[in-house]
Amino acid sequence: MSFNEEGPPTTSEMLQRVVVARGQVEDVVIVPVLAVALALVLGGITMLLTGVDVPRIGAAFSALFSGSFGSISALSETLTAATPVTLTALGIALGFRAGLFNIGAEGQMMLGGMAAVAVGFSFPGLPIFIHLPLALLVGALVGAAWAAIAGWLKAATGAHEVITTIMLNLIATQLTGYLLRNPPIQKPGRHDPISQSVLDSAMLPKLLTWLDPNLRLNAGYIIVLLMVALVYWLLFRTTLGFEFRASGLNPFAARYAGMRSGLIIVVVMAISGALAGLAGGVQVLGVLGRASPGFTGGGGFNGIAVALLGRSHPVGVLLAGILFGALEAGGRQMQVSAGVRIDLIAIIQSLIIAFVAAPLLMRAAFPWAFQKKAAVTR
Amino acid sequence: MTMTATAPDRSASLDTIKRRSTLINGWVLIGLAVFVAAVLGLGSVGDATFRLALPGDVIALPNLVVPAAPYIYIVAALLAFFGGRQFVRGAARRSSLFLGLGLFLAVTTFLVWATAGKDFSLTGMLEATVVRAVPIALGGLVGVLSERVAVVNIGIEGMLLSGAFTGAIVGSLLGGWIGLVAAVAVGGIMGFILGALVITYRVDQIIAGVAINLFALGLTSYVTSQVLTVHHEFNEAPIFDGIDIPLLSSIPIVGRVFFQQNIFVYGAAIIIAIGTYYLFHTRWGLRARAVGEHPEAADTLGLNVYRIRYINVTIGGMVAGFAGAWFTLGSVGRFDINMTNGRGFIGLAAMIFGRWHPVGALMAALVFGFADALQQKLAILQTPIPSEFLAMAPYIATLVLVAGLIGRARAPAADGKPYVKD
Amino acid sequence: MEIELRGITKRFGAVTANSDVNLTIRPGEILGLLGENGAGKSTLMNVLSGLYRPDAGEILIDGKPVNFRDAKDAIHAGIGMVHQHFMLVPVFTVAENVVLGVEPTGRFDHLDLAAARRQVSDISGQHGLSVDPNAIIEEMPVGLQQRVEIIKVLFRSAEVIIFDEPTAVLTPQEVTEFFVIIRSLRDAGKALVFITHKLGEVLEVADRISVLRGGKVVGEGDPKTATDADLAEMMVGRSVRFAVNKRAVNTGAALLEVRDMKVLNERDEITVDGVSFEVRAGEVVGIAGVQGNGQTELVEAITGLRPALTGAVSFLGHDVTGASSRTRHRLGMAHVPEDRQKSGMVTDFTVAENAVLDSYYEKRFSSGVTMRWPAVNAEAAKIVDDFDVRTASIFSLGDHLSGGNQQKLVVGRELSRDIKLMVASQPTRGVDVGSIEYIHDRLIAARDSGVGVLIVSTELDEIMSLADRILVMFRGRIVASFTSETANVKDIGLAMAGVAA
Repeated sequence: MSFNEEGPPTTSEMLQRVVVARGQVEDVVIVPVLAVALALVLGGITMLLTGVDVPRIGAAFSALFSGSFGSISALSETLTAATPVTLTALGIALGFRAGLFNIGAEGQMMLGGMAAVAVGFSFPGLPIFIHLPLALLVGALVGAAWAAIAGWLKAATGAHEVITTIMLNLIATQLTGYLLRNPPIQKPGRHDPISQSVLDSAMLPKLLTWLDPNLRLNAGYIIVLLMVALVYWLLFRTTLGFEFRASGLNPFAARYAGMRSGLIIVVVMAISGALAGLAGGVQVLGVLGRASPGFTGGGGFNGIAVALLGRSHPVGVLLAGILFGALEAGGRQMQVSAGVRIDLIAIIQSLIIAFVAAPLLMRAAFPWAFQKKAAVTR
Repeated sequence: MTMTATAPDRSASLDTIKRRSTLINGWVLIGLAVFVAAVLGLGSVGDATFRLALPGDVIALPNLVVPAAPYIYIVAALLAFFGGRQFVRGAARRSSLFLGLGLFLAVTTFLVWATAGKDFSLTGMLEATVVRAVPIALGGLVGVLSERVAVVNIGIEGMLLSGAFTGAIVGSLLGGWIGLVAAVAVGGIMGFILGALVITYRVDQIIAGVAINLFALGLTSYVTSQVLTVHHEFNEAPIFDGIDIPLLSSIPIVGRVFFQQNIFVYGAAIIIAIGTYYLFHTRWGLRARAVGEHPEAADTLGLNVYRIRYINVTIGGMVAGFAGAWFTLGSVGRFDINMTNGRGFIGLAAMIFGRWHPVGALMAALVFGFADALQQKLAILQTPIPSEFLAMAPYIATLVLVAGLIGRARAPAADGKPYVKD
Repeated sequence: MEIELRGITKRFGAVTANSDVNLTIRPGEILGLLGENGAGKSTLMNVLSGLYRPDAGEILIDGKPVNFRDAKDAIHAGIGMVHQHFMLVPVFTVAENVVLGVEPTGRFDHLDLAAARRQVSDISGQHGLSVDPNAIIEEMPVGLQQRVEIIKVLFRSAEVIIFDEPTAVLTPQEVTEFFVIIRSLRDAGKALVFITHKLGEVLEVADRISVLRGGKVVGEGDPKTATDADLAEMMVGRSVRFAVNKRAVNTGAALLEVRDMKVLNERDEITVDGVSFEVRAGEVVGIAGVQGNGQTELVEAITGLRPALTGAVSFLGHDVTGASSRTRHRLGMAHVPEDRQKSGMVTDFTVAENAVLDSYYEKRFSSGVTMRWPAVNAEAAKIVDDFDVRTASIFSLGDHLSGGNQQKLVVGRELSRDIKLMVASQPTRGVDVGSIEYIHDRLIAARDSGVGVLIVSTELDEIMSLADRILVMFRGRIVASFTSETANVKDIGLAMAGVAA
């Protein structure tokens, strides 16, 4: 807080300055970077311990890189993989900002995806610009409704949203299993749990087929970018977003300032669920073309990691989502080229979650990287 | 301290809550009565035959034959009576008891309805119930041990998986007993890691649990697909045989169900008994509970809050390791990816249901185990109700409970908050 | 066992809670430790009971220096503390709480609760502290809970017992019973320390009195010869400066009327017990009193943070008793809360965001859906400029401002609105001297422009320099009222301490 010789800054000068403190940079950038680095190293050690020899480890890491960023095809795969997890992460990040923990993104994604599939294989003859948005919209609404149950329970009865969303996840899994084994969803003539295929009029168009017809990148990523912008606008430009953030940071002051906490809880959970439902819809309408057990690919849980890594900021989430997409795409390449199973990626991802959530641990492990004392924890 | 929106007259509000839940119980019972009579009663034809004896029984009991429709109507009438009773003054005292009794009777009508005109091995189902309840009850105990010192443990699933995996691998290499010890040890390590993350590094407890789950899933899946698919000999663990307890195992029904099981069932019973004794009848348990309810008070009396938390969470992990070993060494002998399949979360639900008491969790686990066994049998009986909906029942029940719609479940007061000494 | 504290100094960051304190505690004697809130009494006793380590000085027991590493060491040395906020596990029984940490055990580590209950009964019988060993703490009245705390320390063979504000939570009858207990403990040879801010009580039971103010011992008293007035002045006395230049009072209509207000606290006890008063336009009404006599709850009821049990609040002629805080805001009531970090601002928000925390919904700042950030930023810059809030930028986090600047921001935010009444709770708590003067000047300026000001403060100086009328609260009631002319430190201090004028 220094002043020039003329005295305290004038009003117009006040409006100009943005000071970024060193402490903030450390928590926002250094901790995540170290977390990712350490996780990758530990991944390498895991490979070593399971009998993978050093040259193969090298091949694995190089495949990880080339499979994610090494070619147009790799980039297409990275962004395709990043799509669903970035969407769920946006929803989870929004929840974090409002002080809510939406572990239920997995279940919301599942049911949203199922709803989108159902709309997707029904209504033959609808033009794509009606059918596709309708399917996505229904997916988002179903996700929103599922999450709103937990939100309402918390607002009305104080039930902790972690327990309720975990239970809702488990219920959603059973429900999905049932739907996939029975008409009308189950594909006629099949005995395994798989849905009917989505009609072409509801599939998200692929974006890069003019370059190479095998590239899978689809319009879903455009939706991702739109949603990032939307969530940013919501959080930082709207009145509602102001209320969300205040409630998340200091619920007491927020309530005192007249913000209605009950309503905020339900609305936040609903929007968060809508994004997760949308993620499910994008996954089935953009990549899979149908639904089967496990189609979410853990997107709901990985979304937690991406939200944490991205510091619950839309732009951070966008970048962290790309990183996770890269891990997935690269992981597949790693499995193919170096013969290292893709489950290793899950290990790396869980380590990233743990390390990003433990700045104290990072500071203890790498004291040389940090100058300032820890900033106030979230 | 949070501000409530209405003037808190505590005694009055407790009474209102009780009255409200009594009325809700009443409506639930009456609703059940109507449903049972209308849907189940009308649809039943014939008699339900319950086979009570299994091959090899010393004393063979005759089958229990129940005329379906009459039984169902009688129970419906009883339910209506119980329900009506809730609206009478003074009902609040035994309200929950009648609700529980009513729910139990409703379940029996469901069984009768499903079995009408066919036959069904009741004893076999009870036996399966006990078996399936083991991981859930132990998982619940893990949750109890941890939450009683105010550490939320979402990572039970991951700890179970780790135990299962370790049991399978070490069991394949060094035999069942050493495999079991190794599983317990690994579970303890996982518990310790959770403790370190949460107590020393103050990671958010939920996030730490989620990370542990994902890590365990990732590591076990990776090693399984990378190594075990090639080296089968690492994944062929012995399965512990059943042990018949002499004399007691000859009792009809009960003997079969409780005294002809393997060491995991007996072990679970022993562990739960020890856990209960520890928590409520030793000074260590008293101190642990104090830490969970009012860590500051414990601190001012010279208790080491950090150490007590570490110890309890680690012991919980060890229990989880034992429970995890049941999946492999006590059941199928080989590890499959994600074989725990949510049982850890059901354990959490059992803990909440059991009001954070080991025996309560056991009771809840038996109920959940019953539902689990039932949904398998129902598929065989070809009932119209999809098994998935039955599988959902414990989760819906937990939701209802957590929302406080039937009674209030109160966690230890300091649950979820890290203790920071000034 | 005689205890001597020599030269004890304890600092918390920039704040010195105890400064070179010397104190002697003797067996068979009740030492009264007198002082206002924040005088350093609790800190001193926490040092003695091992919860804090002193930065300087030493503790001597029977002439030999001792070093307490933690609470356990002090307990072993025979020092027991009955805390102001009870350290009892609410869901445990009396017996369980008493023996926690030193439990009697049988075979297999079996917790011998039967023995515990017997031992509790023994002690309670011995010292006249009758209590049911099986009762559950959270179902017991506060007076009985306190007995459990006393039994706890006696169970650990305490020879020195420190009572930190023991009567703060007791009813008058319970206070009388407590005095009987403490006298019998003294007669049994224990050394007792009785920390309080209540003059009347300390004069009644203490054998010796030490007065703490600002972390230092400022006086000693002999209860047989000292008068209330002497002690009050030692406790409270600072040179009173009527430094603020006030124009003559020019009051208008009544803005705020409080009638027969009763308010409950979190423990369902009546903390505001039938308060009535009014605040007129253009005047400053100050409510003086020691912390904990109901002022906090009174302000919360007036501003809408807490519902009133009975009574009415009317503002500008409207009955706002049940209205939300936002409704009161909209009518023109402003509030500077006493805990700015908890309810006044969001420390992780920027200065700009905090500047509109309770007015963001107004048309000038929000279009209904979107925030009008340029308008918000301009307003924030104006407030920062007007109220001398020292910050590098309006985009700095609230957390980065000093306490004084945070307070100036909150005060500025409220005064910048079009308001009719300003309710300021502890407006200068934790604020540097320069900022204090600034805030005071602005409050007077508001008053001069016709706004009604209600100030609640435990700092008597502040009240005396700002208020046109002074009301003193004690035990939830208004026990005295003064005007500028009749106000003087002595009388007000006595009223604050519960001694009728």
